[in-house]
Amino acid sequence: MKERARPTEPRTSATPVLPLRWRRWFASDLWVDFVHSPLTVLAAAIALACVCGALFAPWLAPHDPFDLATLDLGDSHLPPAWMADGRATYPLGTDDQGRDILSGLLYGARISLTVGLCSVGLSVLIGVTAGLLAGFVGGVVDAALMRLCDVMLSFPPILIALLVDGIGRLIFPQARDVLAIAVLIFALTFTDWVRYARTVRGSTLVERHKEYVQAARLVGVSRWRLLRRHVLPNVLGPVLVLATIQVGQAIITEATLSFLGVGVPPTNPSLGTLIRIGNDFLYAGEWWITLFPGAALVLIAMSVNLLGDWLRDALNPRLK
Amino acid sequence: MTGPLLEVRELCVEFPTRRGTLRALDGVSFDIAPGEILGIVGESGAGKSLTGAAIIGLLEPPGRVCGGQILLEGQRIDDLPRESMRRLRGKQIGAIFQDPLTSLNPLYTVGRQLVETLRTHLPLSAAQARERAIELLRQTGIPAPEARMAQYPHEFSGGMRQRVVIALALAGEPKLVIADEPTTALDVAVQAQIIRLLRGLTQAQGASVMLITHDMGVIAETCDRVAVMYAGRIVEIGPVAEVIHHPAHPYTVGLMASVPSLADTGGRLAQIPGALPRLDEIPAGCAFHPRCPKASQRCRDERPELALVQRTRAACWWPIVKSAAA
Amino acid sequence: MTGHGAPAFDRPATPATVAVEARGLTKTFVLHTPWTDRLLRRGGPRRIHAVDDVSFTIARGRTLALVGESGCGKSTLARLMVGLETPTSGTAWVDRVDVAATLSGPEDAACALRRRMQMIFQDPYASLDPRWRIGNIVAEPLLEQGLILRTQAPARVAALLASVGLQGADVRLFPHQFSGGQRQRISIARAIATGPEFLVCDEPTSALDVSVQAQVLNLLVDLQRERVLSCLFISHNLVVVRYVADDVGVMYLGRIVELAPKAELFVAPRHPYTHMLLAAVPDLRSPGRERAPVLGEVPDPLAPPPGCAFHPRCPHANERCRVERPALLPSGAVQVACHAVQEGRL
Repeated sequence: MKERARPTEPRTSATPVLPLRWRRWFASDLWVDFVHSPLTVLAAAIALACVCGALFAPWLAPHDPFDLATLDLGDSHLPPAWMADGRATYPLGTDDQGRDILSGLLYGARISLTVGLCSVGLSVLIGVTAGLLAGFVGGVVDAALMRLCDVMLSFPPILIALLVDGIGRLIFPQARDVLAIAVLIFALTFTDWVRYARTVRGSTLVERHKEYVQAARLVGVSRWRLLRRHVLPNVLGPVLVLATIQVGQAIITEATLSFLGVGVPPTNPSLGTLIRIGNDFLYAGEWWITLFPGAALVLIAMSVNLLGDWLRDALNPRLK
Repeated sequence: MTGPLLEVRELCVEFPTRRGTLRALDGVSFDIAPGEILGIVGESGAGKSLTGAAIIGLLEPPGRVCGGQILLEGQRIDDLPRESMRRLRGKQIGAIFQDPLTSLNPLYTVGRQLVETLRTHLPLSAAQARERAIELLRQTGIPAPEARMAQYPHEFSGGMRQRVVIALALAGEPKLVIADEPTTALDVAVQAQIIRLLRGLTQAQGASVMLITHDMGVIAETCDRVAVMYAGRIVEIGPVAEVIHHPAHPYTVGLMASVPSLADTGGRLAQIPGALPRLDEIPAGCAFHPRCPKASQRCRDERPELALVQRTRAACWWPIVKSAAA
Repeated sequence: MTGHGAPAFDRPATPATVAVEARGLTKTFVLHTPWTDRLLRRGGPRRIHAVDDVSFTIARGRTLALVGESGCGKSTLARLMVGLETPTSGTAWVDRVDVAATLSGPEDAACALRRRMQMIFQDPYASLDPRWRIGNIVAEPLLEQGLILRTQAPARVAALLASVGLQGADVRLFPHQFSGGQRQRISIARAIATGPEFLVCDEPTSALDVSVQAQVLNLLVDLQRERVLSCLFISHNLVVVRYVADDVGVMYLGRIVELAPKAELFVAPRHPYTHMLLAAVPDLRSPGRERAPVLGEVPDPLAPPPGCAFHPRCPHANERCRVERPALLPSGAVQVACHAVQEGRL
């Protein structure tokens, strides 16, 4: 009985060189969808550029804005290079301390992205675990976790972040940079894990009753292996989409907190701090100090959001 | 009226995808006479639901009609603007879909949905529409219809809901009813009731029915004529008794043989080797040739057209002809 | 066990002949309603008697088919027999091993039992994990039970796939790349992987097209014959059941109303519900079949009718039927739960 269901592989001139695994990826629906959506490709390119810029900041930045020895107060308040008083060595101008805006951007993006990615990563970890437990075990555990989520959701995230931050400073009065960032990440995670927990719980409740889970139970697979090997891979889809969009949100929240003065200290500024610093000089006419960090923030958040949007639509089987 | 009620000529439906255009329906042609029940039978993916959707104008984009004509009482309806098609639906063509749970709006009472449909298509006052609605419910066999008018769809059982859907479809007194798998989601005893009801009501109103289903037993009990579809084409069409007992096309022969029946001795079921081709892998020539025991070179090269073979029309170069009148 | 005059297939069985047995199996589900609701209604918790005192035996190598409409409890019964649910009362035995007790007991005995029974599910689209390759899906029971080493898996899987008519080279594909019928074959390959003696098939062909159904049914019959499997086949279609079953049981609202060898049931059905089911199936090649009127619908399982559950739809119901629940008693070669039959009115 010959029954075949082979997917047809497209033949392109580039394929003979690549191994089979790569060829399959490039032939997959996801990749083709991606390549055919110019906005998404642009967004991905921008996001990648930002990440690379942040990652390689020490090598890319023309100056080190935190090395006090290299700062020259005489170079302060310089406008961007293409304007009248600007200088080529400071492409985007300098701030009131003589720090190069471009370098500050790259280093600031580092902080912002670190906080964003770490807080989302941690939230996903906690949220997915909680959601799986709640959905699979059910009963009291489910009820308790969901009531906890309800409580967490009733708090506005910014206020919670302020609270946690304040408590953090109280406990660690000489908050060094790393500690400040850690407190910030914790503050953001505190309320953020709930959305993942709820999504995963809902999906788990559905998957748990599906017949492939029953079949595995029948064979004698233990509950934990069932959760890990069968249920988890099937509930991660929406989590991926949420997480991508959340990165943008987290970066903006961090910027807000820094803007309010409770985020990263000004000695190691993030984009939000830079915006705050520049805000003071906006009315003096020195717009570049606040505009460029603001633009960078918008660019990162928007590109990540667009990627997340595309991912959600691409992974949604009903739209196909 | 002497001509056919519905004429479908060389209907083609295609789906543009990024890997190329897929032909889901390829040259489908058939007629329905007034008052006749035509069955469209085929397996999943053969294109029968698409045919119904194309006729009633509910093709989901990106699918589109790319060729052929659909004529209702001699007038073309496949190229009508949306507003005209909307008015046609319900008044001239009624539709019954598979899942009664999603066919009814869960937020409105059954009575309200019925009255709304009636007043949209017929010039009735509110009181007259209500009377007519109660009458329709009674005709479909729902006990205590006055009380039921005020109930919501979730308060009805599956079979009852399908009766309401039938009432809704017949409310506008359409000339043609398209029923897409109306009994698949129902229990076997309820299936029999619904089929009998559908047949009785449409005959009373003089409406024609296009019954789309994969259940051969339902076709045998209900239809006057039947069309067998395979891979987006009609492979055989003719009177029901002939197609079932004297099929000419090898696919129909295989299909009829693989249907379990009480009349058999209960041994092994006959089966057709292979599987339905995917839309992007439809073979050239006759779509059935890879699975056909009688395939020849001509079958691989040329696509056969429907031609009269004894008492049915079959699209085959080597139709099976029974010598004795069995 | 019944005494003299017991029907042939219900004789007290010797260990070699009876493979599977159920005695008084009952499963009741309690509906979880909010306590405010219960307070206002002032009633007890609402229960559904999904399976209500069901007993049957399956001899080794034979197939028992259970037929009924939706809500009759046949799927729940299937799950009880393989231990996916625990019975509220009564016992299920596989080769004289108590299923529920063993599965909740020591691990070795439970593992040994799991190896011997398997199940095929109804929905070919939900019974395979969409993220696993089918090679891994089919190998999972073998590896989980420790029957083979990981290195031996590919060869075994290829052999299993070949035995159900699929290509061995398809192991790297995912379930969504197969059709419904092919997925059902993969499910069958997974089920027979550990060499079970007892196979439960929960409506395996209901979601398949007619010609694919024929292929899968033939495959099941062949496999059963080759491997001497005892089989419990659940279906809603009496006609399909005729091709695979040796004995047939008809269920209604959680109870068995008729239990008979295949030949008896189709030639001379006793219970009015069996008559109704047979009459309701539209048949292709039986012209002029006698058609009894089909009445009503399956009642709400939360509020089953008192006495005989079928009496509101039965043309032969009398006062006794409305009050007293009929027991499953032998009547010739079959077992029927019907007062009319016992009183000789039918």
